[in-house]
Amino acid sequence: MTEATAGLVVIGGSHAGHQIAIAARNAGYEKPVTILSDEDTAPYQRPPLSKAYLLGKVDAEALLFRPVAYYEGQGIDLRLGAPAISIDRPGKTVTTAAGEAIPYEKLALATGARVREIPIPGADLPGVHYIRTLADIDGVAAELDRVETVLVVGGGFIGLEAAAALRVLGKKVLVVEALDRLMARGVGQTISDYFADYHRAQGVDLRLSTGVQALTGGERLSGARLGDGSEVQAELAIIGIGVLPNEELASAAGLDCDNGVLVDQFGTTSDPDIFAAGDCTRFVHPFTGEPVRLESVQNASDQARTVGAAIAGKPSAYDAAPWFWSDQFDLKLQMVGLTQGHDREVLIGSQAENAFSVFYFGGETWLGADSVNRAGDHMAARRLYQQRYPLTEAELRENADNLKGLVKALRKG
Amino acid sequence: MPKIIFNHPDGTSETVEAKAGTSVMLAALTSGVDGIEAECGGSCMCATCHVYIDEAWLDRLPKVQILEDEMLDDTAAERASNSRLSCQIEMTEDLDGLIVTLPDMQI
Repeated sequence: MTEATAGLVVIGGSHAGHQIAIAARNAGYEKPVTILSDEDTAPYQRPPLSKAYLLGKVDAEALLFRPVAYYEGQGIDLRLGAPAISIDRPGKTVTTAAGEAIPYEKLALATGARVREIPIPGADLPGVHYIRTLADIDGVAAELDRVETVLVVGGGFIGLEAAAALRVLGKKVLVVEALDRLMARGVGQTISDYFADYHRAQGVDLRLSTGVQALTGGERLSGARLGDGSEVQAELAIIGIGVLPNEELASAAGLDCDNGVLVDQFGTTSDPDIFAAGDCTRFVHPFTGEPVRLESVQNASDQARTVGAAIAGKPSAYDAAPWFWSDQFDLKLQMVGLTQGHDREVLIGSQAENAFSVFYFGGETWLGADSVNRAGDHMAARRLYQQRYPLTEAELRENADNLKGLVKALRKG
Repeated sequence: MPKIIFNHPDGTSETVEAKAGTSVMLAALTSGVDGIEAECGGSCMCATCHVYIDEAWLDRLPKVQILEDEMLDDTAAERASNSRLSCQIEMTEDLDGLIVTLPDMQI
């Protein structure tokens, strides 16, 4: 019996996982490539789940990154419903749930993140949902017909996107957020306040600084008891209180982990033959010098390309500006930079016209910007940020109506 | 179903059928046409579904909106007067036979 040629094995078949495989091939990697995915669906887009997909604007087929045949054509063995359960580093094999040991020359972890579960009574009642996978959102959609009121626990991006979509679908929506403002981890006070006002104006019952003591009901969810002791009615709940990195497989294999699989600028873990990319990783960010774990399409895609290139023997250090987006009602929120720790917000544009941007500064350092329906500002900010342009508050105010001009001047040098 | 002809930079071309109502980007991806990344999934956030539209078809397409216009300034291959983001072009029966050329890079 001849042993199978050891090639690249990718654990995880989502944004980062499929992109690592494709990037490695594009960079010239010729050995076998296998993707082990624990999901039953070929790699698909997650962002639309809580937006266009929930609204019924796109169907499941339209979420696929590529048709299944594409992977075959690229010589990528895409295995669905095939979770990896252990890594044998000395033997260089990965064992699947079905008991197969697959040899690897290079291994890439793209295990992503999983939802943080809410540790309160009633959390396991039918009618309580989380949003991460296609199956999750199909579960929500299947129940909507008999739902009058939806309780959203957590005023972060995922919760607010779901709240907006469900409001558009005509549901009564109650959002509770434990902190005193929305999306606190991602945006500053001005954006938080603006979105709180906007959601309320659209009829969302938004309660800040409010937790949930218990989810209540008999055979199914029928309501909740909030932190202040008040009782509310809800036939469906969506819990959006953050995610945890799937690092257990790496950790059990002895790889360095600390709130994420630790990787360097090439996506290499503490084992030089094992790489990782996407939501499961934590790394020193090239733009801040600080360790960070990013949950974003941008990071998953860019880090996956970095890993794919390194595996193909063409390493190039990760140096991508972080960007994010969120669609809520008719608002497009576009973000660039890592703005936590800012001490100053500078607003340009007009909140009254629902088109403005907030630029963040920490001391004299420009940290990034959030834009609402101001795509021009966002793209200019993205280019300036990528170039590490030392934007000052005075320069920003002077050029508030023509940030593009700054970019052009920068390009001319 | 309306057809789209994709010309590749290497001179080859392929014809795919698109469901009316889906975007040119999606038609390319679901048919396995290479050369389009579309990493943001059609949210007009990444400029990696850039195409050049055959001049004869250019005026028959919906106008470029501000968001697309801004993103087009950020394409990997050079923007031309016939550049569009394929996620923003919805296929209709009227666009049957649309000819687009793929750029040599998206990233």
